[in-house]
Amino acid sequence: MSSQYIVHETDVLIIGAGGAGMRAAIAASDSGSSVTILSKSLLGKAHTVMAEGGIAASLANVDSKDNWQVHFSDTFIEGVYISNYRMVEILAKEAPERVRELEEYGALFDRTPDGRIMQRAFGAHTYRRLCHVGDRTGLEIIRTLEDQLLHRKVKVYDEVFVTKLFTNEGRVVGALGLKLSDGVFHYFRAKATIIATGGCGRIFKVTSNSWESTGDGLGLAFQVGAELMDMEMIQFHPTGMVYPPGVKGLLVTEGVRGEGGILLNAKGERFMQRYSPKKMELDARDIVARANYAEIMAGRGTEHGGVYLDITHKGADFIKKKLPSMYKQYLDFAGVDITREKMEVAPTVHYQMGGIRVDPETTSTNVPGLFAAGEVASGLHGANRLGGNSLADILVFGKRSGEGASNFAKRSGFGSVDESLLIAEMERVKSYLNKDGLNPYDLATKLEDTMSEKVGIIRNGNDLNDALNIILELKMQSTKLGVDGSIRYNKGLLQCLEFPLMLIAAEAIIRGAIERKESRGAHARADFPKKDPQLRKNLIYVRAGDEMKLEWRAVPELPDDLKKLVEPEEY
Amino acid sequence: MDKITISVYRHNPEIETKGRFVDYEVPVEEGMVVLDAMKYIERHIDPSMSIRWNCMAGKCGSCSAEINHKPSLMCKTRIDSFRGKKVTVSPMGAFPLVKDLVTDVSENWDILRRIPPFTPKKGIEKPWRMSQIDIERSKEFKKCIECFLCQDVCHVIREHKSGYVGPRHVVKAASLDMHPLDSLNRSEFLNSEGGLGFCNITKCCQSVCPEEIRITDNAIIPEKERAVNAFYDPIAIIIRRSRKEGERK
Ligand SMILES: Cc1cc2nc3c(=O)[nH]c(=O)nc-3n(C[C@H](O)[C@H](O)[C@H](O)COP(=O)(O)OP(=O)(O)OC[C@H]3O[C@@H](n4cnc5c(N)ncnc54)[C@H](O)[C@@H]3O)c2cc1C
Ligand code: SF4
Ligand code: SF4
Ligand code: FES
Repeated sequence: MSSQYIVHETDVLIIGAGGAGMRAAIAASDSGSSVTILSKSLLGKAHTVMAEGGIAASLANVDSKDNWQVHFSDTFIEGVYISNYRMVEILAKEAPERVRELEEYGALFDRTPDGRIMQRAFGAHTYRRLCHVGDRTGLEIIRTLEDQLLHRKVKVYDEVFVTKLFTNEGRVVGALGLKLSDGVFHYFRAKATIIATGGCGRIFKVTSNSWESTGDGLGLAFQVGAELMDMEMIQFHPTGMVYPPGVKGLLVTEGVRGEGGILLNAKGERFMQRYSPKKMELDARDIVARANYAEIMAGRGTEHGGVYLDITHKGADFIKKKLPSMYKQYLDFAGVDITREKMEVAPTVHYQMGGIRVDPETTSTNVPGLFAAGEVASGLHGANRLGGNSLADILVFGKRSGEGASNFAKRSGFGSVDESLLIAEMERVKSYLNKDGLNPYDLATKLEDTMSEKVGIIRNGNDLNDALNIILELKMQSTKLGVDGSIRYNKGLLQCLEFPLMLIAAEAIIRGAIERKESRGAHARADFPKKDPQLRKNLIYVRAGDEMKLEWRAVPELPDDLKKLVEPEEY
Repeated sequence: MDKITISVYRHNPEIETKGRFVDYEVPVEEGMVVLDAMKYIERHIDPSMSIRWNCMAGKCGSCSAEINHKPSLMCKTRIDSFRGKKVTVSPMGAFPLVKDLVTDVSENWDILRRIPPFTPKKGIEKPWRMSQIDIERSKEFKKCIECFLCQDVCHVIREHKSGYVGPRHVVKAASLDMHPLDSLNRSEFLNSEGGLGFCNITKCCQSVCPEEIRITDNAIIPEKERAVNAFYDPIAIIIRRSRKEGERK
């Protein structure tokens, strides 16, 4: 097989066309850079389309007392004091502007009676803060940004899978991609590169995430020396579907509880009264998720191993109007009419708080020329993300990222890369086309099972060490993967390419979970059930040769004006 | 465990001139959808089979195919609805084939680029105010997940090289036209360059839309009526006539 490839040049290269990538593309293009955006799924199908509940911004349209300071303190406190304060500050201050701008791009949010953007209650937000479009907020964001993108001079290549980043004297200078539909390789030379590849939920068996959320960008960046942070912090959403098996893990939006849904165990008890008498069903996700898990573990679960979520008391009209997709989802997939019957739900892996460590102002990483935004980046959510903050994140930091990368590109030229490296990478990709190799799906299943069973919602040292051994074994096997067939639209081949990247994410999560001997936010250890003041730090994951090294780093101290906004941490 | 036979269209245009249906036996689980069966085949029988999917939840519009010749989403079609019957799965016929169940739908983005973008009226006071009732019409169209099943079923697109943009794109244009603060009128584009005149309102598109958008009733017919050159569109004339008669009665 010959190793041919097509070369492209662009000021700013964006890997990932979810909300973060698209918003970055718009910003970079508007700052005068040439822009190319890549996506491994079709344009407009990114994981962001699944987002339901809404986007958090302190517009104060419904609760007039809301402001950025309250949004700041809600986010920082629920992040259990390990967030980067500057990222939280930027988010809280800029989210309202980004939402209004989205409206000016054509998005149609639900309205208040006096015609302003409607806002709904969501877990652990002090005020009603989530701007929403029924329960399809993500779809509206994607369509709106897609529309803007298509009418700008942005080059779009979808169904292109990025296999590797290339550096020159430590600076990222380009990326190699494989076009799925025809198996042609493309090399993108770029002055600046943004990773916006989303989260890694798919490395777990039970997850609310899309097929594409395999955490590729974490591995791609780590391989060129980018530092990761807080990877041990994986959010479990309290309410995923449990039945039928094909949709196990599929999300039931927090909007159901926001609109008045209550949780009941098999005995009909409203058990949140015991776990969180004040905030009840609308407490932070880690608390509600662990409550659901505890009820199920205590034998008070439902037929299919969940708890009940009940919104029938709100009446059919209300439910169909406020939660149309949920109504349809249960009817279509489970044959359950949620206006008359209770839903069965259980915790599901939902969001990765950690990710690539970035600078709050420009989203640059520690590797020159490399930027990161969206779920793949870290720092904002600390140990626990508030619902609605992620959609705000992708817009706020997507924009900053596009501008940051564009500014960097203006100061830099193209860097060269030795052609032999490109050829070696193409050979690596093609070497997986070997029908005698190990079945990549079998190994991926082993990984997913291990993560769900041993690195779950409540962790312990023994299981984590077992998990690490399994991952290290899988790592050895990952070079021997192979699939039958040709290079054209071969998803088995894609699984071979994703697998080593999934392992990097998994290894980081497990090593961090072992290292963090306390329970904080989403990270709960049965053997260390308390929070430890000594560990109010960030875990940083550094590449040292072929090894992954962990370092503790101090959380940046809050300046006085922000310190006033948050109560001191309690232990 | 119960088994079901699924007949899947396999064709790699790179090496074969013709495709064929291949039968696969798949164990049935309760609540299983066609996409689960496809994933089973991919995982356990033939990993080289090409399929496209992403969200598994009917939200992204990636997994479009023809199931027993009806354009459908694989992730939303329950297998138990076919118990005892044979199931065939084939790619969307209106688009060029890439391989097996995957088609090249890229022409849709070329069309989307041609539809004039949202263009707000000048000088609206900020922050914008709109009432819920005024946004409802546009919101129906914004539910579109771009699955392109409506494009697939439309006989005008399948049979004629007419230049008709197709129902998805009329829905898109209508979503912008019916935005309360938009300043343009895209029916001109639709009825000239967009070839809307070729649509003879068979409503097939509407019947396959997984989002239950009333494509013909709420997007196509109003856009035909809005057209400045509606005079030359015989269908629009018929609609207008029958409406007038209706009013008279
Ligand atoms: C069911 C569900 C509901 C949610 N609801 C909400 C909500 O109501 N509010 C909220 O704030 N958040 C919500 N979230 C979280 C939020 O949707 C995500 O965190 C956010 O959309 C992530 O966006 P992103 O742009 O970072 O990445 P994504 O949308 O995941 O996009 C990633 C992009 O990267 C591309 N990509 C990945 N790997 C590669 C590769 N190797 N090569 C090329 N391209 C690649 C993908 O194709 C895709 O285009 C929800 C999440 C889920 C799962
Ligand atoms: S109504 Fe028009 S667009 Fe829809 S299928 Fe019929 S001809 Fe095609
Ligand atoms: S209008 Fe309906 S059928 Fe057509 S692309 Fe949109 S969702 Fe699919
Ligand atoms: S996989 Fe997304 S709609 Fe079927």
